[in-house]
Amino acid sequence: MAIPTALRFVEPQALAYRRTWRASVVSNFLNPVLYLLAMGAGLGTLVDESADPSGMGISYLAWLGPGLLAAQAMQTGAGESSFPIMAGFKWRKSYVAVMNTPLDATDIFVSTYVWIVVRVLQVSAIYAAVLVAFGVTEPLGAVLGTLTATLTGAAFATPIMAFTSRLEDDTGLSHLFRFGVVPLFLFSGTFFPISQLPELVRPLAYATPLWHGVELSRSVALGMETTFPWWASVGFLVIWAVVGAIFALPQFRRRLVV
Amino acid sequence: MGEPLVEARNLTKRFGTFTAVDSVDFTIERGEVFGFLGPNGAGKSSTMRMIGATSPITEGQLKVFGLDPNADGREIRARLGVVPQEDMLDEELTVTDNLTIYGRYFSLPRSVIKPRVDELLEFAQLTEKRDAKVEALSGGMKRRLTIARALISNPELVILDEPTTGLDPQARHVLWDRLYRLKQRGATLIITTHYMDEAEQLCDRLVVMDGGRIAAEGSPAELIDRHATPEVLEVRLDVDDHAGREADFAGIGSRTEVLADRILLYVEHADEALQEVRAKGIIPAATVKRRAGLEDVFLHLTGRTLVD
Repeated sequence: MAIPTALRFVEPQALAYRRTWRASVVSNFLNPVLYLLAMGAGLGTLVDESADPSGMGISYLAWLGPGLLAAQAMQTGAGESSFPIMAGFKWRKSYVAVMNTPLDATDIFVSTYVWIVVRVLQVSAIYAAVLVAFGVTEPLGAVLGTLTATLTGAAFATPIMAFTSRLEDDTGLSHLFRFGVVPLFLFSGTFFPISQLPELVRPLAYATPLWHGVELSRSVALGMETTFPWWASVGFLVIWAVVGAIFALPQFRRRLVV
Repeated sequence: MGEPLVEARNLTKRFGTFTAVDSVDFTIERGEVFGFLGPNGAGKSSTMRMIGATSPITEGQLKVFGLDPNADGREIRARLGVVPQEDMLDEELTVTDNLTIYGRYFSLPRSVIKPRVDELLEFAQLTEKRDAKVEALSGGMKRRLTIARALISNPELVILDEPTTGLDPQARHVLWDRLYRLKQRGATLIITTHYMDEAEQLCDRLVVMDGGRIAAEGSPAELIDRHATPEVLEVRLDVDDHAGREADFAGIGSRTEVLADRILLYVEHADEALQEVRAKGIIPAATVKRRAGLEDVFLHLTGRTLVD
C-alpha cells in the first residue's frame, strides 16, 4: 500500500536518524540516570531531611523524576523543532529539494511534526524506563507518563516550528533556548513546587505548557492530585499544539512556495 | 508530435513589484532539448520553477502535460524530474540512500527502486561510490548524482537549471556527455544556462531571455543565421578604450560591436575583412578570425556580454 503523501517525508528522517541512533539512545539513557543520581539521590537527601514537597511523604527523588520526564520531553520537542527545521529551510535545504517531488509544503510540515513526536516518544519512553529502574514508578505509571510527556513535547513543537520557520538565521534560536526553554525548565514546578514562587508570577507558570505536563506526569506516575482536572491540562496542551500548528503551517507554505 | 509538453502564453511572474518573468510565450514539444539562455536575473530560474509547479504563476497561461500547475501541481511534479541549481542532496547519507529516498517520495516500491538505482549509478558513473557519503564526493559527482536523482521516477520531462555552473571543464564535458545520452534516448529536456557552448552543444531549440522577456527564439543555427553573419573578425587596437573607434571601420561587414577591449566586425569572410581593415591603414595590435556563435547573437540582442 502506498504511503500517504503527508507521511512520505517521515521515512527519510528516520533513515537519517539511523546513522546516529546509537549515540542518541546512549545519551537519552545517560541523561536521566545522571540527573536522577545527582539531583534526586544526591541533592534529594538534603531535601528529604528538611522538607516534603509532595506533602505525601515520598522522597524528593520520586517527586522529581516525573517532573524531569516532562521537562526532558519539552527539551526534546524544542530541540527537534528548532535547528533541524532551520536546516530543512536554509542549511541543507532538504525541504526545498522535496518541493520538487509530488509532496507539498503541508506534507513536509505534517511529516516533520510526526517525526518530532516520534522522537519525543522515544526519548520519553527511555526516560520512563529509567524511572522504573530507580523505583520511582510502576511500569503502568511509566507507560502513562511516556504519553503525558510526549503530549508535553508535542505541545511545544508546533509553536517552536512556527517561530523557527520565520527566522533567517539561528540567533533567534539561541534566544529561544536562553530566555524560553531554560527558564521554563527551572521554574515550571520541575525542581520545586510553584507554591514556592512569588504569588505574582505563579499565574505565569499556570500559563506555560510545561507546568501542566509536569502535573500530568506526576499524577499518572505517583497518583498525585492535580491542581486542575486532568482533562483541563490535557486540553490546554492540545490547544497549544493546535494553535502552534495554525501559525506554523501557513509559515511553511509561505517559505516554500514562492 | 502531438500535444506540446509545455505551453506558455503571456506567462508572468511577479515578486511584489518586481517582474521576474514578463509575459513570455513558448512551446516545448516532446523529445526536444529546449534551452533558456540568458544572464543571471533574466528570469530563467523563475520560469523553470513555474514549469516545475513549485512556484505559482502570477498571470497568463501555463500548461505542463496539458495540466495547470497552479491546480494540478502534485500530478505534474510526479511526472517531472528536476535538477535544481543547488544540489540539495542529503550530504550525510550515502549515494544509494539519496536515490532510494528520493524514489520513495514518488511512492515507488523498493523492488522498483533497487534495480533502477543500479542502472542510474551506472549511468551517472557513480557505481564505485554507491556506499560513499555524499559529502565525500567532488562537485562534478554531486551534480551527476543530482541528475540521477531526478531520473529515479522515469520522468517524461527533465528540467535542468544551470546543470554545469561551477564545475571545472573536465566535469562539464562528462556531464554534457551524460545529457547527450539522455537526449539520444528520447528524453525531453529543458536546460537553462548562461554558457553559450553548452546551449550550442545540447539544445535543439532555445530562447534568449533578458530582463524577464524573450529576446529571440530558434535553433542555435537559425539564431546565428538570423542575428549574426557567418564570420567575425575581432580587432584589438593599441588604445586604452575602444569606444568611438567603430567609425574607423565604416563600410566593412554588415555590423560592428564595440567592447571595452576589442571591436567585433560581423562579416561574410573574415580574411577579406582583414585585408579591408589593412587597406584603410589601420594596424591592429591583434586580430582573431572565427565563425559566429551564439555569443554574438546574445551580444546583438542584449547589447552586452554574457558575463556577470
